[in-house]
Amino acid sequence: MTPLLEVRDLRVTFPGTGNEVSPVDGVTFSIDAGETLALVGESGSGKTLTSLALVRLVPLPGRIAAGSSIRFGGTDLLALGPGALRQVRGRRIGMVFQDPMTSLNPVLTVGDQISETIRAHFPVSRAEARGRSEALLLEVGLGDTAGRYDTYPHQLSGGMRQRVMLAIALAAEPELLVADEPTSALDVTIQAQILALLDQLKSSRRMSVLLISHNLGVVAGRSDRVAVMYAGRIVEEAPTDRLFAAPAHPYTQGLLASLPRLRGPRRPLKAIPGMVPRPEAWPPGCRFHPRCAQVMPQCTSEPPIVAPGEGRWSRCWLGAEGA
Amino acid sequence: MIGWAARRVLQALVTFLLAATLAFFLMRLTPGDPLARLTEDRPLSPEAVAALRARYGVDKPLLTQFVVFLGGIARGDFGGSIEHNGRPVAALIRERLPATLLLGGTALALNFLFGVAVGVYQAARAGSRADHALTLVSLAASATPSFWLGLVLAWAFGTELHWFPVAFMSEPWLASGASWSIRARDLLWHLVLPALTLSLVTFGATARYQRAAMLEALALPSVRTARTKGLPERLVLWRHAWRNALGPMLALFGLWLPLLVAGSVFVEAVFVWPGLGTLAADAIASRDYPVLMGTTVLVSAAVVAGSLLADLVHRWLDPRLRES
Amino acid sequence: MKRPPGGLRLAWWDPAGRVGVVVLGLLGVAALLGPALLPDPLAQPDILGGALLGPGAGHPLGTDHLSRDVLARVVSGARISLAVAAGAVSLSVTLGALVGLAAGYLGGWLDAMLMRLVDAALAIPRLFLLLIMIAIMERIPIGVLVLTIGATGWFGTSRLVRAEVLRLRAMDFVRGAEALGASRRRIVFRYLLPNVAGPLAAATTLAVGDVILIEAGLSFLGLGVQPPTPSWGGMIFDAKPYIISAPWTSLAPGLAILLAVLSVNLVGEALARPLTRRNA
Repeated sequence: MTPLLEVRDLRVTFPGTGNEVSPVDGVTFSIDAGETLALVGESGSGKTLTSLALVRLVPLPGRIAAGSSIRFGGTDLLALGPGALRQVRGRRIGMVFQDPMTSLNPVLTVGDQISETIRAHFPVSRAEARGRSEALLLEVGLGDTAGRYDTYPHQLSGGMRQRVMLAIALAAEPELLVADEPTSALDVTIQAQILALLDQLKSSRRMSVLLISHNLGVVAGRSDRVAVMYAGRIVEEAPTDRLFAAPAHPYTQGLLASLPRLRGPRRPLKAIPGMVPRPEAWPPGCRFHPRCAQVMPQCTSEPPIVAPGEGRWSRCWLGAEGA
Repeated sequence: MIGWAARRVLQALVTFLLAATLAFFLMRLTPGDPLARLTEDRPLSPEAVAALRARYGVDKPLLTQFVVFLGGIARGDFGGSIEHNGRPVAALIRERLPATLLLGGTALALNFLFGVAVGVYQAARAGSRADHALTLVSLAASATPSFWLGLVLAWAFGTELHWFPVAFMSEPWLASGASWSIRARDLLWHLVLPALTLSLVTFGATARYQRAAMLEALALPSVRTARTKGLPERLVLWRHAWRNALGPMLALFGLWLPLLVAGSVFVEAVFVWPGLGTLAADAIASRDYPVLMGTTVLVSAAVVAGSLLADLVHRWLDPRLRES
Repeated sequence: MKRPPGGLRLAWWDPAGRVGVVVLGLLGVAALLGPALLPDPLAQPDILGGALLGPGAGHPLGTDHLSRDVLARVVSGARISLAVAAGAVSLSVTLGALVGLAAGYLGGWLDAMLMRLVDAALAIPRLFLLLIMIAIMERIPIGVLVLTIGATGWFGTSRLVRAEVLRLRAMDFVRGAEALGASRRRIVFRYLLPNVAGPLAAATTLAVGDVILIEAGLSFLGLGVQPPTPSWGGMIFDAKPYIISAPWTSLAPGLAILLAVLSVNLVGEALARPLTRRNA
């Protein structure tokens, strides 16, 4: 079965002072229909740029480099003209961003912002669109008050705004939902609600989801597979439970070890020493090696892909032949 | 919102009064004799001079004159015109005001139209050759003296091509019984060249502000969201980006008004448009200070009012600010 | 893409700014050397036979109604207009900077009072301020004209400088200096002034363009530079009755104004570019 989304060797470049930099440097992954892939990494790893590249909304002066390939449902997204691209955005791929306050238009009502998405993709009347919008508001848990349609974003709380964002993203019934840090700007209790809502919507609509987060805890019970991103590349990919049970890449191990635990003996937090490198100054070979506790001499050259089966692989010299 | 509006109105009032005070003392303290024009040509006896001075109120001490002046403003009385034999300045102003409002209003509308169209067009194609070319055009337009452009347009489209009339507000020979539609068309035709002149020399600033505001608006996360929804580009541009670029534009009102007012003096002079501009220009030529003061005070009031209106509308347009 | 240089060199680096600098340079050279090479702008050699001649041999831009050479007058007018603009702008920028620095740095009632005054002055369109003053003074020598124009142009600059000073004051490098006991004078001259110079330079060049237009307008109304001294605005006024029969008499000075102000604006735009980037 061909995957719904196939990304191969995606590179996003920006002009720098002197040479080009590539904050996204050769990213390959795929998502099947109905599957949820989590893309995990710290800020600066290139996750958001990757998600924007999918719908070709990389901000200027950045651009998607030649040699990248993005196929959605068999269509090459990078070859589409503006009109065809607009039919993919919203209708086949929906997006939810991190900060709902700035992502919503402050001068339009939330209802209008949902309706216009519907009317952009379906030939329906205003009244019909309104009806569907109200149904969507109900579906995301905002139908309790009449007149919710006519409220403005600033009149709602953060959690409610994010529900509106979900309603907007789902309005044209997309096959893939890209959620970039959907809960990072919300209080912890609200985070759980929104994530639960996401789960529910995902199964009721049978959507694929690309869930982007820096927080491993968020993706634990909610994704089928996890891809870990570091310095513009994916360094490990595995089914979720496998990743948590036995992380192969030292960076993943470090991330898991640094999660604070509520239970068990008290011990100091384990942080990964050092800092995320900047795209202008990436270390040679394995980009994580300066911070790695298990560094070896050969780590200064490009590490191979190690794929021991079970649907997982990592980019590391550990476990490679000739190590 | 009401509380804030009341405070803002009060502030505007204070600014206006201070401006009027400034104008008054500027005129009185600048070296020179306000009645020079009347006395220079005909040698008058000291009594006649004293009578003249008493008539125009310049014989009293400065502070008394100031109080009289302020009182006059409150009543809308600016004294009597020297050139027009003591006819109330307020009456002269009332006569000429509608013509200037018509010209200024039309020019403002055209200014906004050109400025927004050019600015949005430039922002949507930022960095392109068209963008650079249009910037040059706007800068050149703003560098053009209004009176010269008026002459050139009058010559090109009036005397050479005979498309539009070049003077006055209406043809003097139109019979008073002519129909409403003929009069209206005649007025419109007379309005074209002066309004075009005035708007062409002022739209450049509008276009620049609009371009900058649009570029900022296009970079907003909410515009990015609009794009991810797959909305047609014109909706993204106008409904999402431009709505957010509109607010800063209203601040321009404060800029437009003085430009239009100053420009109208020259443009009215060139096209012999019977408005406040020609009244002021004539007053300068005849050294008619009460008229000059009256128009200055009125114009300052307009500037202050325009700026106040812009603030109020800006506040009302943004639902976030409405409730704070 | 290389990084642009700071300060005034930016005017040369930016392509549009470079055009502006070149044109201004040419105008300046013409204004300085021209009068030596061209006929006397005041001479009226042959009013009866030589007036209103079109562009041709001996008179590249034709002659005016008093048979004066138009090119010579335009070039002389350049001298006058540029000199008036330079003088007036120097005055208003100095005043504006002083007031802005005082208001921004000293604050308190001085700031409140000064800004109230500035607000009031800004409510009166500059043209009217000038009309009031000049009309009363009757015919004024050029020096007084320069002073008057300069005295009415500092209000906006003072607000600009004040805003910059307020912004800089809150920054750590200034607060650090204050904490270390630096004298007020030192702070103003070594810390604030150099950093205000950038926005001030941009505003200054634009002010020059404004003054050229204002002086032209005043001369057009008979209130500026008095005849027979050539000035662009005055030339246009003189040429009004002849616009149909001899359009070059008004086209030449008008285009001169346009070119001068446009090039000044181009330079000003180039200087202002890093600031618009910063504020965005």
